[in-house]
Amino acid sequence: MGSKKESTFVNMVGALLIVTLISSAILGYIYELTKEPISKARLNKKITAIKEVVPEFNNNPDSAKFEIPVEGGAPVVAYPAEMNGEFVGVAIETYTNSGFGGLIKIMVGFEPDGTIYNYQVLEHKETPGLGTHMAEWFKPSSGVVKKRNVFADWLFGVKPSSGGDSKSIVGKNPGKVKMIVSKDGGDIDAITAATISSRAFLDAVNRGYNSFKSHYSQTEKEVTNE
Amino acid sequence: MSNVKNFTKGFLKENPVFVLLLGMCPTLGVTTSAQNGLGMGLATTFVLVMANLVVSLVKDVIPDKVRIPSFIIIIASFVTVVELSMQAYLPALFESLGLFIPLIVVNCIVLGRAEAFASKNKPLASIIDGLGMGLGFSLALTILGSARELLGSGKIFGFQIFDGSYGMLVFILAPGAFLVLAYLISIVNKLNKA
Repeated sequence: MGSKKESTFVNMVGALLIVTLISSAILGYIYELTKEPISKARLNKKITAIKEVVPEFNNNPDSAKFEIPVEGGAPVVAYPAEMNGEFVGVAIETYTNSGFGGLIKIMVGFEPDGTIYNYQVLEHKETPGLGTHMAEWFKPSSGVVKKRNVFADWLFGVKPSSGGDSKSIVGKNPGKVKMIVSKDGGDIDAITAATISSRAFLDAVNRGYNSFKSHYSQTEKEVTNE
Repeated sequence: MSNVKNFTKGFLKENPVFVLLLGMCPTLGVTTSAQNGLGMGLATTFVLVMANLVVSLVKDVIPDKVRIPSFIIIIASFVTVVELSMQAYLPALFESLGLFIPLIVVNCIVLGRAEAFASKNKPLASIIDGLGMGLGFSLALTILGSARELLGSGKIFGFQIFDGSYGMLVFILAPGAFLVLAYLISIVNKLNKA
């Protein structure tokens, strides 16, 4: 190729300079272009998670959010939900560091009396197929009994799950029910073969509940005065 | 080489995953489900096509001694474009691929095609080569992902084929990726010999 540029110092510096200039210009443009959709997508995800865990609301919980300090750790974030100005529940973004893969972040929704309305797992690094079951495990079973193949169950050594609602944390009040796995003397069944993940999950739930209680028992008087 | 041959070689004869064994990191890492495999494959395809096109356009004005750094900058720019747009418009997919998107930069397929093909060929041939190689890569990742998802959790693309509790967990974890890959490579070898 006769037209190929020689590898002289000036040519090399010039070529690299032009390539980097053009690519940074393009990237800057794309960054500006996607900045808004990205922040919108993040906010959307948060709002969807909040909608899932608290009763119906019509305020903007994200603009009303506040932090509740936690002893010896990062604060948890609370998103209060209101329906026509009436307090219907709060979504608390809580966490634990004792998961099998470290940090687990969940969003737990509490009704005003402390009953858990629902929860959602936001972030985790648990083992796929074991700890990851926590996304569904602690919710009430759907009530549909699947037909199981007895032979296949025997062949693979599968024990049909006992069902019942001792798995679920939804509709329970951590103030009245012991939110510890049954192995440790609590009232909640751990995920099969993922006790560590289950303990960590319940630890996060309890952290959320304690923050909820400490914050709302302090402000209860103010709220009733309003 | 004709354009048709140029396009189809990526699928079987020179499949980047099964024959050239390039880009093993995303191959083994993201293929826990068919959807992840397909998403990763298509993202890589986009980068491959665009990088091949640009490299073959600028090949004559880049001095030989700085061609690799220049190619890397071009590739990295397109990867960032993919990363930002995926984050903006496909947040769910971005979350499950996460770390592996920036790693497309160091995927040997992309630099390999830029160096071995695009820097010696015309733009059109380079696009076709990138498209063929990228789709071959996507196909391989989708097959690998489907096999692992089916054996591990009884689903394909999220559709339940059989009850999840019969799934063999090992196929979703890393060792399963090696097992499935080994069997697929042996099948492709058999096909290529025949």
